[in-house]
Amino acid sequence: MDNMNWTNCSDFFAMGGYGLYVWGSYLVTAAAIAVELMSLRGRRRTIRLRLTRMRDRK
Amino acid sequence: MRPGIPRTSFYLQNVNWFKYASPQNFYGLAGKLAPWFAIAAALLTITGLYIGFFLAPTDAQQGEAYRIIFIHVPAAWMSMLIYLVMAVWAGIGFVLNTRLSSMMASALAPTGAMFTFIALITGSAWGKPTWGTWWVWDARLTSELILLFLYLGFISLQAAIDDPRRADKAGALLALLGVVNIPIIYFSVKWWNTLHQGASVSLTSGPTMATTMLTGMLVMTFALWSYSIAAALARVRCIILERESRTVWVGELRELSARAA
Repeated sequence: MDNMNWTNCSDFFAMGGYGLYVWGSYLVTAAAIAVELMSLRGRRRTIRLRLTRMRDRK
Repeated sequence: MRPGIPRTSFYLQNVNWFKYASPQNFYGLAGKLAPWFAIAAALLTITGLYIGFFLAPTDAQQGEAYRIIFIHVPAAWMSMLIYLVMAVWAGIGFVLNTRLSSMMASALAPTGAMFTFIALITGSAWGKPTWGTWWVWDARLTSELILLFLYLGFISLQAAIDDPRRADKAGALLALLGVVNIPIIYFSVKWWNTLHQGASVSLTSGPTMATTMLTGMLVMTFALWSYSIAAALARVRCIILERESRTVWVGELRELSARAA
């Protein structure tokens, strides 16, 4: 399935001159999702640490 | 056949409908489901972006700038949908006093806030090349910004109250009050007829978009649905552990004894 839109890589990143806006948007989205995943991982680690400490103290 | 119970199939008689209303059972179920939703989200995102960037044609008026649509519109839909689902769970928790429902509402809020933020930022990045401005006090943009404040208000209100049960009640009231903002956002383009264009995809009329563009956007919408479910399930598991930390069943959780780190 050859793709009809982009002749080469630089054409793809230029995005018809709108590269800044398009790739900026996707970068912000990826960053926001990464932040959420990290916060989830951190929250999970924190509660697990607290629970294991509670258990060791028992 | 026990007297008094109407003749229903074996399944209906013996299933405990509220089995997963208990945090302990739901903790296990969510743990099993979340990874699958995460995998589905990843696959759907790759497919959606491939369709959006490689199959969908260039737009006649906007050229390539329109490709922001594959994240802007799904994120905006998610920001509204998640708020409604959050308000429903908050309402159920408030009325029925069921702890897990309120936990689910608290679990959804951060993900909803994130998608509102993404919708605003990507919309603004789309507006600059096409409208010539990053921001304008347009009806839709303003009501979406209010939605972001509602989410942040819900999160901070709940964080400000120590007792979880009281925080749930306070949060539920705020969430239910804020629901009025969702139809305002959705219909703002029609009522005030401002800069933001109307719905190209609506439940009533047929889509006014090229099929590949539409397909790419819909696949991304399902990708964000799967992602939101996975994120909410993962977060509700954390909330369950935090609130039930002194219970016996949490104490005996196998996975905790595995390793201290």
